[in-house]
Amino acid sequence: MGILLRIEKISLNLEGRQILKDLSISVKEGTIHSILGSNAAGKSSLAYVIMGCFDYMAQSGTIHFLGEDITSLPVSKRAKMGITLAWQEPARFEGLTIKDYIAVGMKNRDDALITESLHQVLLEPSDYLERQVDKTLSGGERKRIELAAIFAMRPKLVILDEPDSGIDILALDNIINMIKALKKQGTTILLITHREEVSEIADITSLMCSGSIVHEGKSKEVGKYFKEKCIPCPTKIFPGKENGVPKGDKS
Amino acid sequence: MQDYEAMLGAYAQAGGLPEIFQDSKIAHLVVHKNKVLGSHLVKGLILEPEETASGVDIKLKVEQGLKLENPVHLCFGVLPKEGVQEINIKAKIEDGAGVKLLAHCVFPNAVKVVHKMQAEIEVGDNAYYEYNEVHFHGEDGGIEVIPKAKIKIGKNSHLVTNFSLLKGRVGVFDLDYEAEVLENSSLDMTAKIYGWGDDKIKIREAGRLVGKSSRGLIKSRIAVKDRAVSEIINELTASAPEARGHVDCVEIIQGNAQARAIPIVNVTDEFAKVTHEAAIGRVDKKQVETLMARGLEEEKAIDVVVAGMLK
Repeated sequence: MGILLRIEKISLNLEGRQILKDLSISVKEGTIHSILGSNAAGKSSLAYVIMGCFDYMAQSGTIHFLGEDITSLPVSKRAKMGITLAWQEPARFEGLTIKDYIAVGMKNRDDALITESLHQVLLEPSDYLERQVDKTLSGGERKRIELAAIFAMRPKLVILDEPDSGIDILALDNIINMIKALKKQGTTILLITHREEVSEIADITSLMCSGSIVHEGKSKEVGKYFKEKCIPCPTKIFPGKENGVPKGDKS
Repeated sequence: MQDYEAMLGAYAQAGGLPEIFQDSKIAHLVVHKNKVLGSHLVKGLILEPEETASGVDIKLKVEQGLKLENPVHLCFGVLPKEGVQEINIKAKIEDGAGVKLLAHCVFPNAVKVVHKMQAEIEVGDNAYYEYNEVHFHGEDGGIEVIPKAKIKIGKNSHLVTNFSLLKGRVGVFDLDYEAEVLENSSLDMTAKIYGWGDDKIKIREAGRLVGKSSRGLIKSRIAVKDRAVSEIINELTASAPEARGHVDCVEIIQGNAQARAIPIVNVTDEFAKVTHEAAIGRVDKKQVETLMARGLEEEKAIDVVVAGMLK
């Protein structure tokens, strides 16, 4: 498996505050790669930097996708190359039906695939296709529709920002199955989460702390480390401690 | 005959279905400037147009207890570049009656056109009245549209108005609708307009909830770009117990456009409640980024967001 996404020494400052610090990470094609970290570790910012969102252009460092330097490309160009992002709290769209929303990301509109994608997230198409992607949807419904849209888009890389947030425990299994289905269809997944039990589905997990990747390894091991040493977050208990992780633990 | 065909052509461009004018079950009225070009009635509907020097006076009545199965189609317009059209409507929906009107107003070539509409609408008790007005303008913007309406809604009744001006330049637009709502009745007013160039949009929609348990919703969806300006005054007054109302205004601006929203809520009964929300700004960044992350270019993403809002 080759490297699909390579991030090297990315730094991001927002309003005078360093959010990402010389962050480097490589994501292998065809894997589920988890970014695990506490709140405010910079996980979502990393997602926005990879996607190229407005206001999230890195001050230094490079991002390569499929070997091409995409560091200065806008969001739509990156999307056309095969990268997409599922936001932690997806936007709502008044007047846009779910079927049209899902179709936005498809190269060629395929109504059968739109229907299939809703089945994948356990939403009955006849109840949802004509509904609007607006505030009448619950948070959980909206998240599922986002995943359905990703499934129909068939991107090369999807960044899933906390796909489990706002999802009840019963629906979590479905979300996890959906992530596995995405992998099966050939999509590489960068899974952002603060829950080690969710990161366990990943092939590899990177532990993120204070804007840097501080540890990387097998998901179970990193998850165990996170649970034992990062909860509660030592950087908040001992603010002077660099990254909250002993240097010897950094792999 | 030529004008009639041309009006139907413009009607089709506005989104209407010209074949309905051939359907004997569907009532219609076609007015070009001050000439009545065609009309058809159905049982229980009184629709009496009278030509005046500058337009047409129309008397519309739906008889007591009659709920019209099909909508009544109205087509008004001015086809030449210049002209004036003044439509005065007196509508009475008697007790227990119901009607839905679909009005298409077409001004495809307007360079110096004035279209005024003055309506007095009386909806009886246990009645229903829905008025949908869709405008189709040309690209010049040389048009003034001035619709005014005074509406009275009886007890246990329901009134809906939907106004949309999304095709062509708005020109100068000055709408003023005012409605009084009696006991257990509801008012639902929506206006959707897309202004560009140097269009000027002014809307005042006002509801007075004077009856116990009356309901009112006033909703505006406006998008302006270039140098267009909009001012939206949404006004709801509640003066009876258990009256409930909501004002909802969203305006999106692009370029050098300017938008102003003035929600006025006035409650004079301790058991009444009126809420309001108003938002003005550029297209939501997250919405645009989300669509761009699906592969749309920024401009196209903005179009999708605006089109959705105005849908």
